[in-house]
Amino acid sequence: MLQDKDRIFTNLYGQQSWRLESARKRGDWDNTKAIIEKGQDWIIEEMKKSGLRGRGGAGFPTGLKWSFMPKQSDGRPSYLVVNADEGEPGTCKDRDMMRHDPHKLVEGCLIAGFAMRAKAAYIYIRGEFYREAENLQGAIDEAYAAGLIGKNACGTGFDFDVFVHRGAGAYICGEETALIESLEGKKGQPRLKPPFPANMGVWGCPTTVNNVESIAVVPTILRRGGEWFAGIGRPNNTGTKVFCISGHVNKPCNVEEEMGIPLKELIEKHAGGVRGGWDNLLAVIPGGSSVPLLPKAICDDVLMDFDSLRAQRSGLGTAAVIVMDKSTDIVRAIARLSKFYKHESCGQCTPCREGTGWMWRVMERLVEGRAEKREIDMLLEVTTQVEGHTICALGDAAAWPIQGLIRHFRGEIERRIDAYHSGSPVLPAAAE
Amino acid sequence: MSGVHIAPPELQPASFEFTSENMALAKKHIAKYPEGRQQSAVMPLLDIAQRQHNNWVPQAAIRYIADLLGMPAIRVLEVASFYTMYNLAPVGTHFVQVCTTTPCWLRGSDKVLSACKKHLGVGPGETTPDGKFTVIEVECLGACVNAPMLQLGDDFYEDLDEESTGKILEALKRGETPKPGPQNGRLSSEPQGGATTLTTFNPAASAGGNDD
Repeated sequence: MLQDKDRIFTNLYGQQSWRLESARKRGDWDNTKAIIEKGQDWIIEEMKKSGLRGRGGAGFPTGLKWSFMPKQSDGRPSYLVVNADEGEPGTCKDRDMMRHDPHKLVEGCLIAGFAMRAKAAYIYIRGEFYREAENLQGAIDEAYAAGLIGKNACGTGFDFDVFVHRGAGAYICGEETALIESLEGKKGQPRLKPPFPANMGVWGCPTTVNNVESIAVVPTILRRGGEWFAGIGRPNNTGTKVFCISGHVNKPCNVEEEMGIPLKELIEKHAGGVRGGWDNLLAVIPGGSSVPLLPKAICDDVLMDFDSLRAQRSGLGTAAVIVMDKSTDIVRAIARLSKFYKHESCGQCTPCREGTGWMWRVMERLVEGRAEKREIDMLLEVTTQVEGHTICALGDAAAWPIQGLIRHFRGEIERRIDAYHSGSPVLPAAAE
Repeated sequence: MSGVHIAPPELQPASFEFTSENMALAKKHIAKYPEGRQQSAVMPLLDIAQRQHNNWVPQAAIRYIADLLGMPAIRVLEVASFYTMYNLAPVGTHFVQVCTTTPCWLRGSDKVLSACKKHLGVGPGETTPDGKFTVIEVECLGACVNAPMLQLGDDFYEDLDEESTGKILEALKRGETPKPGPQNGRLSSEPQGGATTLTTFNPAASAGGNDD
């Protein structure tokens, strides 16, 4: 188990003030100038050494991503854009970082922005996080007033601005190119890649989009060294991670733990265990709504990191652990996610716009059993026609939970169909 | 994509303009973006307009913002209708947004909705006859470890059950402002009854508690 001395987010729960004075006592903004004076190459090298993989879901190596930014400007400025459009069902970690530890993010913006030779950072925060945006703006204002950002930031001679841009309720804007479109004042519809944002991002300028957590951990990693971070977790899955544990546990919570912690240990140590005990577990969605669920048998010993979960045909995603006990109507739980994706499809690509609605309608019938068994395979076939055939990954994200359900709970779906046809259908269950 | 409801012509005001304070605020937002990129400010300006106009954006405001930012009105309407937080028709004084996505549903969001029905007499998508309350179902609001929850105005009310939801609604009816955040005594997202981490490392203890 991770020791408190190795935790980065020491005010995750807001036990202390988020303001600059408190943040400084927690070690934020401690001689930031010295870090910047080590230069861009050192920072990127150290980030590569740390093994940090992007915390927004895809897990792309952060240091490598930064190195794609142009080292010589062709006249266009470069930008850092922080993805704070947290909306993946199950996920609420960035919220805590922004309302309780915003200076970590602001300092991270300065250092990351310097490393990629950016002119400014735009933090795109979901519109519903109004109070969080207030604290974040408050931290930015404090940092300007103290000379930590702005002209000659931290006395380094480097000029850097940080701005907050509030979204307005669109899950799709968590996709980096949709976010860029939205930041430009348009509908948030994803762009085709290439060109990639590092060549042509916001306002046609080189841009890197990073998750809040990926940026907020940067100052601590550089203070303590990439090797320190790499020494936590497992190879290729290093560092600490804030997990969000929701659903049928005794004590739902956010907690910062070591990457690769066993799922069972995570739930039992921090979330008070599964409601009714571990044997009452039915399934877990381990990385936010987009990743396939895992039945209890796999949950018994799976490790919580990118590679372990991928080996089980699921994913770490945002590390949002949604726990479902045996009282759960599992088909309805996934059908509700299908409704979510139908609601959030931006409508640009036909397979997703039409497919998410179609899949949801079939899922609703499967909840009642009002279907034929051959439709299960037809649904599975349609998920594979949506998956990989759209501009962005929302189509994939809509397909995967259904694939996971059919993979692990086909028997339950068939049972409902049998019950429906025998005249005693399964009644939709309320959840709690 | 969800259906968009635009208020009928008889409810649309003929004109709209920002108050002088809001104009100053709008200019502050426009200044955040590079020169010539003022279109980027369309979202904050729509938000300001909505706050100024009883929590909904009339068509006159769409035209006004379009003029202000030098963009075609249809581009502003496109944005206003794409994002769910812009209301294009009137809503109740208290806009009750209940999250019903799976993490909240697993923890009993059905009961939050039934408490709304019981105390307000309206279901999702409906407004009380006196225009005081509108209840809607929304997708994940990002407070899943404090589920179930609802949003009222700019605030989250978390860790709800039928009883605490009822208390909040009754307080609003009496004209009070119930305290936002977890309704079960929790500070924020720590495990209830005490954190399992951050117990030994407390360098800023002397800074006092959370002052905000």
